[in-house]
Amino acid sequence: MSKTKFGNYGGQYIPEVLMNEIINLENAYEKYKNDEKFNKELNDLLKNYAGRPSLLYFAKNMTEDLGGAKIYLKREDLNHTGSHKINNVLGQALLAKYMGKKRIIAETGAGQHGVATATAAALLGLECEIFMGKEDTIRQALNVYRMELLGAKVNAVTSGTQTLKDAVNETMREWASRTEDTLYVLGSVMGPHPFPTIVRDFQSIISKEARKQILEAEGRLPSVVMACVGGGSNAMGMFYNFINDKEVKLIGCEAAGLGINTDKHAAAIAKGRMGIFHGMKSLFCQNENGQIMPVYSISAGLDYPGIGPEHAYLNETGRAKYVPITDDEAVEAFEYLSGKEGIIPAIESAHAVAYAKKLAPKMKKDEIIIICLSGRGDKDAASIAKYRGRIINE
Amino acid sequence: MSNINKAFEKGKAFIGFLTAGDPNLTTTKECIYAMEKAGADLIEIGIPFSDPIAEGVVIQSANLRALKANTSLNKIFKTVKEIRKNTQIPIVFLTYLNPVFNYGYENFFKTCKETGVDGIIFPDMPFEEKEEVKDIADKYDIDIISLIAPTSDNRIKMIAKNAKGYIYVVSSMGVTGIRNEITTDVDSIIKTIRTSTSIPCAVGFGINTPEQAKHFASISDGVIVGSAIVKIIEKYGQNSPEYVYNYVKEMKDSIR
Repeated sequence: MSKTKFGNYGGQYIPEVLMNEIINLENAYEKYKNDEKFNKELNDLLKNYAGRPSLLYFAKNMTEDLGGAKIYLKREDLNHTGSHKINNVLGQALLAKYMGKKRIIAETGAGQHGVATATAAALLGLECEIFMGKEDTIRQALNVYRMELLGAKVNAVTSGTQTLKDAVNETMREWASRTEDTLYVLGSVMGPHPFPTIVRDFQSIISKEARKQILEAEGRLPSVVMACVGGGSNAMGMFYNFINDKEVKLIGCEAAGLGINTDKHAAAIAKGRMGIFHGMKSLFCQNENGQIMPVYSISAGLDYPGIGPEHAYLNETGRAKYVPITDDEAVEAFEYLSGKEGIIPAIESAHAVAYAKKLAPKMKKDEIIIICLSGRGDKDAASIAKYRGRIINE
Repeated sequence: MSNINKAFEKGKAFIGFLTAGDPNLTTTKECIYAMEKAGADLIEIGIPFSDPIAEGVVIQSANLRALKANTSLNKIFKTVKEIRKNTQIPIVFLTYLNPVFNYGYENFFKTCKETGVDGIIFPDMPFEEKEEVKDIADKYDIDIISLIAPTSDNRIKMIAKNAKGYIYVVSSMGVTGIRNEITTDVDSIIKTIRTSTSIPCAVGFGINTPEQAKHFASISDGVIVGSAIVKIIEKYGQNSPEYVYNYVKEMKDSIR
């Protein structure tokens, strides 16, 4: 296997102007990933700033209600800034600092990765610029304010569909114009090599902790671990340290929007085809002419036309399985977990909860499911209320 | 010998770029004839793509207009076939990989050969990913044009040694677009290229005035002008061929 690829997927399909900087990043990462000082500093930030390790919580009420497998939640929602995004951002921002960069830039969809990046920049004294589709800056005005409060400059992207994929395009364009003092802090396990590997490594702390925690709590491994998938960073983090445990099933839940048989979904595995975009060969929602399609999901965090290359590989080899979850199912799971366990999940994470609701009753009582609860749902409260016909003034 | 070489045989080359299907393929065809008449030596035809990450706003908008007009690869090939009845001017496609991957590499390069396309520029395919299409392109004798950027440094020789057709020397950081000032030391980049290969070097990105064209032609084998032409097409639409002619003539005259 090529070192930039996962089977047939991945690679470095980017303009020449970025190649030396990408190689520079790859070398820096190779140098620091096992560096004692770097890791000491990163672990200190993860523990004392982000609040790790995150809890592995036994969802007793949900387990009893569904009447099948025991359900555990990996509580990434309890991290500082409210999602798993901080794990990767602290790693990459620290790497930027070690590389001597003064400025970090990032794309964001709903604003979770943007807020996390702005947070790390504030903490580490880096300049920060965020690129966000204009549509999203309107839908997520509160997050724009949060980023600005944290000292970041937020650029509303007016090109294309004015959403996440266009924000990625614009961040790449910005990086191509200024690499010397700037690092692109990519938010998911996507883009050109080495980003899918770097982001996966920084997120793999999720499964490193969860594996240890479940062995302590139950003395055995789970039957299933599951997570929602957009680009796929929390899922890669949740899967990674279980990949070699062949008896553990890995399940990713992608956004089916209004249904995979409509044109309003973001299900790159169920409905996408192999293609080359955003620096990588992977699976993408595209039309018959190879134009990238506008995608849709109620969840802005899953509203992306592609999927990280390592997921495409795990799907092809059959090691992981991917299932589509509709808006309706996700909203119902959002309400279910709130009422059942007193935990309001991010609408992204609710996609995984929804599939657990279907799967758990069919499993034996001595089996275990771990769901990655990738983020908290405060940010979604107003839009879910609206989905149910209730208008809330912020 | 490649048809592309003809572009560099009569002194400094003027290379004009436009986006296929902006605002429609008939205008594209007429603009190509106008450019040739005005003295252009090679035409780069952009294949529209939904997400052209190496383009600035001018060419991004042209891509969207072309897609809105339902421009597809099949229709573009048909247009090139028609153009080839009237002119043998060297033609190079500029396209992102995905539309070509989707079309099928074999099918794409075979059709290039049949219709008379001489070379391809893939802005999102660096040297490291050349294997993607190299064998098939060679099989059909289509030149893959390499780009060299201001940040290429230690990569210049490796790229130059393997280059075919001409080398596209990127004058500036960032994306395509009109620039008032170009500060890159293009001269020293070309001198480095010259230590590895003698194939022609054309400079592009940002060039829009006759003064800039004259300067860059004096240190290279030709200049590539895109956004300035696309801007004229944006402004005049179907009436643009005569304005494109006037502009290209002025630019070509400045480098004669």
